[in-house]
Amino acid sequence: MAAKFDMNDDSVVVVIGTGAGGGVLSNELAQKGVKVVALEAGGRYLPEDYVNDEWESFGQLAWVDPRTTSGDWRVAKDFSGLPAWIVKAVGGTTTHWAGASLRFQEHEWKAKTTYGDVAGANLLDWPIDAAEMDPYYTKAENKLGVTRTGGRAGLPGNNNYKVFEAGAKALGYENVHTGRMAINSDDNDDRMMCQQTGFCFQGCKWGAKWSAAYTDIPRGEATGNLEVRDHAHVARIVHDKQGKVNGVEYFDKDGNLQLQKARVVCVAGNSFESPRLLLNSASAMFPDGLANSSGMVGKNYMRHMTGSVYAVFDKPVKMWRGTTMAGIIQDEARHDPSRGFVGGYEMETLALGLPFMAAFLNPGAWGRGFTTALDHYENMAGMWLVGEDMPQETNRVTLNTDVKDQWGLPVANVHFSDHPNDIAMREHAYKQGQAVYEAVGATRTFPTPPYPSTHNLGTNRMSAEAKDGVVNKWGRSHDIENLYISDGSQFTTGAAENPTLTIVALAIRQADHIADELAKGNL
Amino acid sequence: MTNTPEKRTLTRRALLQQSAALGAIAVTGAGFIAAPNAAWALEVTAISEHQMVTLLQMARDIYPHDQVADEYYVVAVKGYDSTENKAFVAEGVAKLDALAQQTGAASYVDTKWEDNRVALLKQIEDDAFFQTIRGGLVTGLYNQKAVWPIFGYEGESFSMGGYIHRGFDDINWL
Repeated sequence: MAAKFDMNDDSVVVVIGTGAGGGVLSNELAQKGVKVVALEAGGRYLPEDYVNDEWESFGQLAWVDPRTTSGDWRVAKDFSGLPAWIVKAVGGTTTHWAGASLRFQEHEWKAKTTYGDVAGANLLDWPIDAAEMDPYYTKAENKLGVTRTGGRAGLPGNNNYKVFEAGAKALGYENVHTGRMAINSDDNDDRMMCQQTGFCFQGCKWGAKWSAAYTDIPRGEATGNLEVRDHAHVARIVHDKQGKVNGVEYFDKDGNLQLQKARVVCVAGNSFESPRLLLNSASAMFPDGLANSSGMVGKNYMRHMTGSVYAVFDKPVKMWRGTTMAGIIQDEARHDPSRGFVGGYEMETLALGLPFMAAFLNPGAWGRGFTTALDHYENMAGMWLVGEDMPQETNRVTLNTDVKDQWGLPVANVHFSDHPNDIAMREHAYKQGQAVYEAVGATRTFPTPPYPSTHNLGTNRMSAEAKDGVVNKWGRSHDIENLYISDGSQFTTGAAENPTLTIVALAIRQADHIADELAKGNL
Repeated sequence: MTNTPEKRTLTRRALLQQSAALGAIAVTGAGFIAAPNAAWALEVTAISEHQMVTLLQMARDIYPHDQVADEYYVVAVKGYDSTENKAFVAEGVAKLDALAQQTGAASYVDTKWEDNRVALLKQIEDDAFFQTIRGGLVTGLYNQKAVWPIFGYEGESFSMGGYIHRGFDDINWL
């Protein structure tokens, strides 16, 4: 039975956001007997509500509140009001994610040490390492039911994967498989196995893909220690005279401003909303925003080096059938500066339906150069490229006080420009991706530009030294001892891997820490 | 198709007797546009027949798919026939026609070769008019479920149990 806490109950931990970070943290704390109020800006949708239609689903789930963009990234031109394709719903972007669940490589925890000084990049080593994270990764893999870990079988390969695998092998790649996916290859943990339906991005109607929406959230509520309030849009975190946070102001579903008192506040609103909230919470005591004595809140925004390669063949592929992200090539994920860049990238199959292919293959393009590609949609295969991008202080989230959201709050402006290392890596990845498909007879290939960001990282980064970041190795604010960051914004660097597994592992670890600190009377 | 010309009895024969003065796409009657083969017809109220035919030709030239019949493009642009769009459409079409007249054609739709029409569109592609029409087509054309089978796209499969027993891995040419 879900709990119900009083607005004036100042013994609760308030978690803002219910995705991979906040949703998992809320459940993990509730399981340990900690009282939690989770505030979620979006509504509640379960598998029976999900819509297997790209635009209709986008309208149901996507975060489309106003944001602005700047910088030389193409998203700022093609999708100026939509810098990210992320979700506003209970469960957050775990409804939309593809399910790829990869651990960081050991050296990626030590980016500065491994890569050395890269001009224009603000590299830093994480204050934690692979050995410390290992048990939490194992817990995260078991929670998510990740295939090819813990004795779980891999998923079968679909048509899109078979083309990709054949090309990879022809090219000499060796580390090619159907991925480590949080999608059941067999019935597991009260969730059924994948039915190869496609539409993984629109919410899995079978529940075969792990999402906090129908796992951690209801399990946390079942403890009686968790209350999830949906349609609760947080406006501001407030603090006492000593500078400790003591409550959260939010607009409820009727548009009324409420104040929930809090013992601890954990922010997990993804890498735009989390820094925006800290900045919008500026006060006389903290004129530059909360947790911002270093000036680092909002800085070092990372979105992964991304891009896609689609290819047309002379025969049908029907890439949309089955798992959207159906396989991976990991040979390029290594750090090998001889390729002309530091860090590495993963190649992962991806399919879009016809409506999204028309929107994203080459945004703004028209005429026969574009339409003859879509004419062969049935004969297309596709992959996504995802690699480590360089943190840069100038890539940042700031408040745009000229534009207000529906609550009258300044919106986030997202400024991003590629680092030369990002560009060199993308060029290499395009070339290799095109080569994979040409090796199996592609008649035409398309180096497709990045979509609105799905991996948003680094705007409240973790650092050993308070001057270098916003939070410490526990995600705890360097400045305010009872304020935590619990999402991907705490990433010090991005690594090459899809971030969700690491966000979940960090949330499990943070829950242990917070429960321990509460028990010791330190919070 | 959409609005059949029932209110005014315009026979196929009557349609065909009127000259296709506005290009190959359509013939017009008073307030009507119809396919030369009468496969579809559309009544316009706020904008002129010429303006609607121009939008239709633009749609075909911006996203040309020779296997996709006009009726789907009609669906994608017919919404511009409204009083709120009247001035916007009139201004955009007038500019496009003026550019066509500099090449000696009577209008954009009177410009016979697609390449020549595309050259005219290139001259206005940064205009709000062109970008609005193009942007609207991305969903207006490609998000029509009736169009998907023409491209081989199957849409949702949940109602049929996914593809696990229906060919998710049926590729046979590798």
